[in-house]
Amino acid sequence: MPKRTDIEKILIIGSGAIIIGQACEFDYSGTQACKALKEEGYQIVLVNSNPATIMTDPDFADRTYVEPITPDTVELVIEKERPDALLPTLGGQTALNVSVALAESGVLDKYDVELIGAKLPAIQKAEDRALFKQAMEKIGLDVPKSGIAHTTQEAIALVDEIGFPAIIRPAFTLGGTGGGIAYNIEEYQKMVATGLALSPINELLIEESIIGWKEFELEVMRDGADNVVIICSIENVDPMGVHTGDSITVAPIQTLTDKEYQEMRDSAIKIIREIGVDTGGSNIQFAVDPKTGKQVVIEMNPRVSRSSALASKATGFPIAKIAAKLAVGYNLDEIPNDITAETPACFEPTIDYVVVKIPRWAFEKFQGTDETLTTQMKSVGEAMSIGGTFKEALQKGLRSLETGWYGFDNHPLEELPLSELSSKLTIPNVERIFYIKSALKRGMSIDDIYSYTHIDPFFLYNLQEIVDFEKILGTPHTQLFTENGKSDAERTSLLRQAKQFGFSDRQLAEIYDISETQVRETRKTLGIEATFKTVDTCAAEFEAETPYYYSTCSSEDEVRPTDKEKIMILGGGPNRIGQGIEFDYCCVHAAMALKTDGYETIMVNSNPETVSTDYDTSDRLYFEPLTCEDVLNIYDKEKPIGVIVQFGGQTPLNLAMALKDAGVPIIGTSPEDIARSENRQLFKEVLDEIGLMQPPNGTATSSKEAVPIAASLGYPVIVRPSFVLGGRAMQIVYDEKLLQEYMDSAVQASPEHPVLIDKYLEEAIEVDVDAISDGHLTVIGGIMEHIEEAGVHSGDSDCVLPPYTLVDEQIDQLKEYTYALAKALNVRGLMNVQYAIKNDEIFVLEVNPRASRTVPFVSKAIGVPLAKLAARVMAGKTLDELRFTNEIEPSYFSVKAPVFPFNRFPGANSRLGPEMKSTGEVMGIDDDVSRAFAKAQKACGYTLPLKGNAFISVRNKDKRSVIFIAKKLTDMGFELIATHGTAKVLLRNGMDVQLVYSIGKGRPTIHDYIKNHAVDLIINTPTGDLHRTNELLIRQMAIENDIPIFSTIPGAAAAVNAIDALQSGEISVTPLQDYHK
Amino acid sequence: MKAILALADGTVFEGQQFGATGETVGEVVFNTSMTGYQEVLTDPSYKGQIVTMTYPLIGNYGCNEVDIESIGPQVEGFVVREYSAYHSNWRSQWSLDTYLAENNIIGIQNIDTRALTRRLRVHGVMNGCLATEDTDGDLDAASLVEKAQAWHGLVGWDLVQRVTCPDPYAWNQHPSSSNGLHSEDSTPPVNNKFRVVAMDFGIKYNILRQLTKHGCEVQVVPAKTKAEEILAANPDGVFLSNGPGDPMPLDYAIKTIQELLGKKPVFGICLGHQLLGLALGGKTYKLKFGHRGANQPVKHLETDQVEITSQNHGFCVDIDSLPNTVDITHINLNDNTLEGIQHREYPAFSVQYHPEASPGPHDASYLFSRFMQMMEDI
Repeated sequence: MPKRTDIEKILIIGSGAIIIGQACEFDYSGTQACKALKEEGYQIVLVNSNPATIMTDPDFADRTYVEPITPDTVELVIEKERPDALLPTLGGQTALNVSVALAESGVLDKYDVELIGAKLPAIQKAEDRALFKQAMEKIGLDVPKSGIAHTTQEAIALVDEIGFPAIIRPAFTLGGTGGGIAYNIEEYQKMVATGLALSPINELLIEESIIGWKEFELEVMRDGADNVVIICSIENVDPMGVHTGDSITVAPIQTLTDKEYQEMRDSAIKIIREIGVDTGGSNIQFAVDPKTGKQVVIEMNPRVSRSSALASKATGFPIAKIAAKLAVGYNLDEIPNDITAETPACFEPTIDYVVVKIPRWAFEKFQGTDETLTTQMKSVGEAMSIGGTFKEALQKGLRSLETGWYGFDNHPLEELPLSELSSKLTIPNVERIFYIKSALKRGMSIDDIYSYTHIDPFFLYNLQEIVDFEKILGTPHTQLFTENGKSDAERTSLLRQAKQFGFSDRQLAEIYDISETQVRETRKTLGIEATFKTVDTCAAEFEAETPYYYSTCSSEDEVRPTDKEKIMILGGGPNRIGQGIEFDYCCVHAAMALKTDGYETIMVNSNPETVSTDYDTSDRLYFEPLTCEDVLNIYDKEKPIGVIVQFGGQTPLNLAMALKDAGVPIIGTSPEDIARSENRQLFKEVLDEIGLMQPPNGTATSSKEAVPIAASLGYPVIVRPSFVLGGRAMQIVYDEKLLQEYMDSAVQASPEHPVLIDKYLEEAIEVDVDAISDGHLTVIGGIMEHIEEAGVHSGDSDCVLPPYTLVDEQIDQLKEYTYALAKALNVRGLMNVQYAIKNDEIFVLEVNPRASRTVPFVSKAIGVPLAKLAARVMAGKTLDELRFTNEIEPSYFSVKAPVFPFNRFPGANSRLGPEMKSTGEVMGIDDDVSRAFAKAQKACGYTLPLKGNAFISVRNKDKRSVIFIAKKLTDMGFELIATHGTAKVLLRNGMDVQLVYSIGKGRPTIHDYIKNHAVDLIINTPTGDLHRTNELLIRQMAIENDIPIFSTIPGAAAAVNAIDALQSGEISVTPLQDYHK
Repeated sequence: MKAILALADGTVFEGQQFGATGETVGEVVFNTSMTGYQEVLTDPSYKGQIVTMTYPLIGNYGCNEVDIESIGPQVEGFVVREYSAYHSNWRSQWSLDTYLAENNIIGIQNIDTRALTRRLRVHGVMNGCLATEDTDGDLDAASLVEKAQAWHGLVGWDLVQRVTCPDPYAWNQHPSSSNGLHSEDSTPPVNNKFRVVAMDFGIKYNILRQLTKHGCEVQVVPAKTKAEEILAANPDGVFLSNGPGDPMPLDYAIKTIQELLGKKPVFGICLGHQLLGLALGGKTYKLKFGHRGANQPVKHLETDQVEITSQNHGFCVDIDSLPNTVDITHINLNDNTLEGIQHREYPAFSVQYHPEASPGPHDASYLFSRFMQMMEDI
């Protein structure tokens, strides 16, 4: 069927803030959908609260609503825009849930909006456990046995049917707390009792255990003519029991025969038909018993997913784009395959390489939580790698992670006692793959390792091959890098094999104890170069039109560089806390802008979730690790006239010096100037020269040095290692004892890695400034005033643009300082400065002469694409030529609010501090600052209550300031609950307060109130480490029960004002296009 | 041990041997299936060919006695990027290395199979010589190139005689007839409703299994069986099998088919389809690099549905050469070549691709039901 002409306007819902389990992949899918449907002439209305997305760039949709993705707000958008159709399947679970809510509540019927892609019954059938089970039984497919229990009796009855081992999962507990596997009835009864008590709704899911089975996924697409194709098959290296998002996965499937694969394919086709997904992509997961080959269906996502993004990047088949086209009526055979141009999209991609995806975690930021990998996803990002063999792809993937590994390296704890090693192998954990290496090196057999890990022996054997080969390399007579040893032919052959096994130059350098440069030079002398091959969906059966490349060590290189002027953009690698979608956004903008200026753009990145790794974002895409070796290989091949390192976050910046030393032309602010801003001493000279102040500070290379420095500065002080992003290991310490602890345990200070100690400016206002400079002129993009005081990491603070409490003189001063800094650091491109204002004095906290996390937010707030302008400036344009010389102060307010992953990490300290812990952010825009704040809170998932009970417990120094907040709450009709100290203050100030006991000092406590659902808002400021556990408990309960909680006085004040604004009228929605007019 | 694959155009790929040792010549072709190497190896249609798998890791799941499409491996040689010495699957019985060695098939690994595939795509399939070091460690690339150039190639050669059965046999007596596919065998077979004669030009076991499953009692006969012999048995239908090489030299088969047309329902697959096309007056030609893989999109023109099909052919019926008594039922969406025909008057139809799959998707298995319907309707 050709495309539908009975619909004109389509509503697309995004996925909101980046959270664990829902990251940039939905920007990738939403962006593809917007592009594809706009191309077809439809009007696009978009709702997404995440400003860091490409899809919310105002030119990707006709009407872009950066508004909370909640049923009531989306209803307002529908009421205003009257779309004909809603495409619910491209914005992750968030979009799907909101669409279902709108359909079920009758909103879609009321406004005559059609769900396209997947209809309500299909979504319900796939999402509802019982309906799904029924559907599978109907088509003769097996699912693991399971059932729901609300009482011990029900649970006992269930286990009779399910058998042991049985998995107990309490509903709605934080991070699945209280769940487990029971192997006998006694254990089971105990776990059932605990689980029922912990679940807020006293509900347990009891499941048959298939832990240890092999896990597989198929990406399926169906069109309106009922054509079904499998786009990609994925095998999880980690067996069932580890969430697929936390598993190392491989595409395509490696260990199934065709008979078994076809059985799975048949099942997938039956499933998508039975569930009734009309058009588009679905992800279906299967488990296979390794002993009998029995296949069971685990689940189906009736929408594009994280795996779809991976599958798209792994095969070159743009699933989201095609899904969007199918939703408006096209059939698969009517859509061309972009990559071959000549053949249709109705086929099954076949690949002639191996793809490995490896997750990246952030447990170091959530200390105290259990680091076991379970069925709940905990990773924050992933790297994908492509290689000619599993070994090569795995080693490339491990170095793509940028976590200090350069391949399948040795674990530092190699000498663990066997009992500990076996437990590291048995209990899935972040470094399990490296423990496997330790085991292999000790001579543990594949069978034994299998019995601990249940990782298929095929993969273990491949790991064994790497270990065995490394042994050959390591033997003394294997001198690859000295000419007096083996013949050139022998050296070439060994070195070639090393590269075919994926060894990096860095690993070889370590084995032979020489420099990486030396390895590189010898390798090149012997003629061993990386060869580049094309990702073409068809294993070379047809010629590829799209330049999407990966490297592998083989004989033929397919890349034919053009003689155009090229600029290479280095991406940000896998998402991590502190470096995610915001930087990818900047890289994508650079590619778009430089393309328009006539350059050929070359993108290098290893993150499959991103828009930057779409084959049509840049002219050439290299899906490669962001290490010096891999980037230089591409550079040698393409010889770009400039390389941009300032957009991809810390990843490319860390390479800048080495690249420059190797002769790579870095454009924009020079690596030396970037280093000047990061080196404490050099930066101090810069500030002295232009007469700006820093908080008093010092540098310590040992804990001995740290103590007198801190004493002279006066506590509290902020301590941190140098050269980090996202405030890694940054802490406020209040006394010498804590300082000692920090120096001894948290960091390993040394002359090469000094620790920076700053005086902590208490209760200062923190301000972020983003600016752009062409070397002569500097223009401020935006000044953001933080709501939380300085000391909370800027990525974790709410902030307001334009400032809401600063006076004109302060703003002017901030601007002047920023101009001076840009000049002093010779900035060409973007710059971010963080200031603290205390007692009317302005201190410079930090300068980053590169793209910052706030660039997309500012760009959206002021309606100017800063990253695009910066890229063009770096390539030689002036701001004058680009007509960006006037600073914009919007007449409306934009509030940025962070979103935290604490619900995934029970037990971790959830207090905010200088170390960043948020995974993403949202934006609220309104003419009124309080309403903008309310929108931002709502977009984070915290709907501010309009009435009810507010619990207040603040530290002594906040008791004065909380009086007004509390008073305002009572004026607005809230009842107050407070702990002893706070209650007394409030009572004395004429307010009615219900008293609760501090936990452990009597009953009722706040715990009881929360359990009774009698708390709607919490204001709880931390009192230092003394009551840490109490506060932690309160925060944890608030998180579990979705109660808005404010832990700073300014935050609480903003919330109270926002409630006031909400009480005085409904919120309204306005698209960015109207704000930017 | 070192091994070399030398192409007739002079290109030489040096790698390591696995499987058997020695020397062999054949037409070098590539297959893009990511699974199913054992089915590929044992498909008689690959007789005369050295097969390259484009998927780089081969041998992962080993070999077993069930996933065979004929008595044993049929290819002349086997080319892979990386042979996996470790085989992991609950059904695995032997390593691929053992399997090839015991069946005297030479394998070569650790060559740039994508470079080879691109060469074949650009220049067309070509003859090649695959050889391993002799006992003295000698292996002369230049002489291997010469041997490749000297080889006569597939065109005009009757390869069917090398793979057809010597004598007729009943499939249900065959040892492999009971080897089911656990997935497809979930529905019990219909009991011998139709009697079918299958002309064996190099038939794949899975075709026979499918026919049986759909209710046929199948008698397999040698390729040179005459029409009168077949008619004498008075079957309900005649099946024309797949097979290797060029259909043109098979004049005996074409004649037989011509004599059967209109008398018995006829269903042909692959070579059987080409022979039916020739019997109906069409022409065949050699494709540049053929269709070999499990992802070929074929459009069924009656329903407009697309089937993802398993294919293995180097020759093709010219879509413009067919008389107007023939309807075109299926076309290939990648290159618009002919994939299926049906005669307007006679109960006869055929497809170029493999509805029996094995390896490959099961999308087209409805064609067996259609054959049953055709026999039912007579």
